[in-house]
Amino acid sequence: MTTILYLASAVAFIVGLKRLGSPRTARSGNRIAALGMLAAIVITLITEGILNWGVVAGGLVIGAVLGGWAAVRVQMTAMPQMVAIFNGLGGAASALVAATEVVESDMGGLPAETIVTILISMIIGWITFTGSFVAFAKLQGLVPGRPLLFTGQRIVNGLLVVAVIGFAVWAGVTGNETGYWVVAGLALLLGIMTVVPIGGADMPVVISLLNSFSGLAAAAAGFVIESNPLIIGGALVGAAGLILTVQMTEAMNRSLANVLFAGFGTEGATEAATMSDKPVKRATPEDAAITLAYADSVMIVPGYGLAVAQAQHAARELADALEDRGAKVHYAIHPVAGRMPGHMNVLLAEADVPYEQLLDLEQADPQLPQTDVVLILGANDVVNSSARDDPGSPIYGMPIFNVDRAGTVIVVKRSLSPGFAGIDNPLFYNDNTLMFFADAKDALEETVSALRQI
Amino acid sequence: MSPLLVGITVFVLAAFVGFEVISKVPPTLHTPLMSGANAISGITIIGALSAAGLGATPLAQILGLLAVVTATVNVVGGFLVTDRMLEMFKSRSERERPKR
Repeated sequence: MTTILYLASAVAFIVGLKRLGSPRTARSGNRIAALGMLAAIVITLITEGILNWGVVAGGLVIGAVLGGWAAVRVQMTAMPQMVAIFNGLGGAASALVAATEVVESDMGGLPAETIVTILISMIIGWITFTGSFVAFAKLQGLVPGRPLLFTGQRIVNGLLVVAVIGFAVWAGVTGNETGYWVVAGLALLLGIMTVVPIGGADMPVVISLLNSFSGLAAAAAGFVIESNPLIIGGALVGAAGLILTVQMTEAMNRSLANVLFAGFGTEGATEAATMSDKPVKRATPEDAAITLAYADSVMIVPGYGLAVAQAQHAARELADALEDRGAKVHYAIHPVAGRMPGHMNVLLAEADVPYEQLLDLEQADPQLPQTDVVLILGANDVVNSSARDDPGSPIYGMPIFNVDRAGTVIVVKRSLSPGFAGIDNPLFYNDNTLMFFADAKDALEETVSALRQI
Repeated sequence: MSPLLVGITVFVLAAFVGFEVISKVPPTLHTPLMSGANAISGITIIGALSAAGLGATPLAQILGLLAVVTATVNVVGGFLVTDRMLEMFKSRSERERPKR
């Protein structure tokens, strides 16, 4: 009977995820999944023969208060940090479940398969935990977002991997409990060492991968305690995270190995310095307003700069003003714009932009040659034409928005400094490009007021 | 079949279901998908509740307590923040534009 009830939870997760596939059904899908979770928790509390009710109740209350508080308070711009932390806590929870098993069991007397799953659960869970917190620290700006590299880094990491496996085998074979804690410590260290060399612009990939890991950790814990709902739920999340990871790497035309190990964004910076001497056309708010005022079609390309400047509401105000003048306005959103998959879409939804206006790469790019004005807000690499034209560029081959094919391009940017990847952008020096040097929010507000006077 | 083989069977089938269901999610919903999926990975709370509720030694109870706290943050925070995000996704017809 318990098994059937747990199965109902698993079905709720699958139905919920399926409904998350469309904006109309997504909210109910999330609620169905949440109900499935509530059911699983209640079933467990009733059937497990819980003894330590104080510990259980205390944990539930503390966790619910912390989680609820964070969910209500977090700003939409900080969503990548939030998801990073939650991924990490999910990994930690699964590793802790395995750790409790180590403390409670006679490690010499366990069957081999349980020992192996405990070790896998601890390793994946602890890597997810520290890896996610390093990702959080980078996203929050607590540590520099650029790749932190040192000589011999790959050798050190390689040795760490060997040490984790070596101690895991030793702990498993001898049944020595200390061995398990050494494995846990090394896995914690490995999580830090793996994410530290990855640059901030690659965080969409890292967060997706850690999301997948948090699922795999739950599935591994499911093997430890022989629980199907954990295995099913974990496998679903592992699959979801993996799909997003692959989509993100494809959107950058890079392999996962390249993202994880290449320390991307350190080369190319010197070359940029030499290119920046070329003249650009500067625009004032009035220039931007006039250009936009007589456009029939406008495409807005948002990037991480929009999130930093909290400019999503100002962007929607400008779009409204342009629509009132009869223009068609759309937003072109690159898969890796922002710091996590779909980051820009959430920000624009927060600013009340209807989702029909949000176009992805395949939808928006073919429309660009027929677009009068493209307005680029804090995006850089995703509109960098060297990805198309310059085989020597570090981002060569990455699918981009070919904005230079539109009538006029207005780039709102704080300065001419190259973007995160440190790669200069030939787009800025084109004849049909206007550079509007300002904070995105200020630029948009000034343009809206200039527009009202036309 | 041994429990391990059953587990592996369930895992592989569930992963395929996941790939099938999720590969169709549009990019617009990627962030809510991820935070929602993250909340689902909090299913590990089942293991955490057993660990905390049945732990015999103080150390096991402490580890169990930490597991329950982290898993609950994941579950409650994850589902709530996903709901908060999805509430904001509106179609053109649902959106009341302020008149000026």
